[in-house]
Amino acid sequence: MLVRPKVGILDPQGQAVEGSLRQLGFAVGAARVGRVVDLELEATDAASARAEVERMCEQLLANPLIESFEIELVDA
Amino acid sequence: MSERRPQIAVIVFPGSNDDRDAAWALHALGADPVLVWHGEPELPEVAGVILPGGFSYGDYLRCGAIARFAPAMEAVGRFAADGGPVLGICNGFQILCEAGLLPGVLRANRSLEFICRDTRVRVERADTKLTSRCTVGQTLTIPVKHGEGSWYADDELYAELVALDQIVLRYEDNPSGSMHDVAGVCNREGNVVGLMPHPEHAVDPLLGPADGTFVIASLVDAAREREQALV
Repeated sequence: MLVRPKVGILDPQGQAVEGSLRQLGFAVGAARVGRVVDLELEATDAASARAEVERMCEQLLANPLIESFEIELVDA
Repeated sequence: MSERRPQIAVIVFPGSNDDRDAAWALHALGADPVLVWHGEPELPEVAGVILPGGFSYGDYLRCGAIARFAPAMEAVGRFAADGGPVLGICNGFQILCEAGLLPGVLRANRSLEFICRDTRVRVERADTKLTSRCTVGQTLTIPVKHGEGSWYADDELYAELVALDQIVLRYEDNPSGSMHDVAGVCNREGNVVGLMPHPEHAVDPLLGPADGTFVIASLVDAAREREQALV
């Protein structure tokens, strides 16, 4: 799961990273800093795994007021 | 004749560090504090609750995000739904927001720095159970100490909160980049209040400003009233 501040929400960490990269001479645009959660999960199929992980994100891993999330499923 | 001391719970999470200061302030202002471990599924016989400051569960994931699932928080939710006065201070405010008992969310300070200093907050509501000793427009000097105290709500939610008069305190010298200078909010019923400044650290003039007394004493009053009403 990739959880990060929603677009349009002030991200002070992202701004600090952006400023530092510019100072190093990289011509970057806006940066946003989020977090990645790797999770092992047993499921019968991809759809049910995705549905369960979505519930996890909604209930705990992301705060819907300020964060968006993306899910990537990988077969073990 | 001395007034009866109402019992008020201070919920202790792993990582709480202002629980004993809260208990001390409650005792100094006429209540009997009861420390309640977060794993307790029921509250003892209390007429008020403080969720204290600190770093519950090490602030892992997001501040307050894990503490909201503590068994004691379900009991606090039932107590709040029954109209009981609940005060969330700093991390306690963060927990109440994550639990959905208060609106909005607390994010990293705009400066990304931990801020520890006195702040001035203006009272916007003096009719909540936690601000009854205050007057509207009064300025209180109370310290903050937090890294993640920047309150946020989107425009739609903020407009709703203003319409319903749920903003309780605003900074006059916003330390954190908190939206619209919000320092404290309440639920619709006015019996649950969260604030980032620490009133429990400001009740003894020997240690500096004592304006926190207005908040803590309001809680003690509300608890005393609740006990009398339940007798």
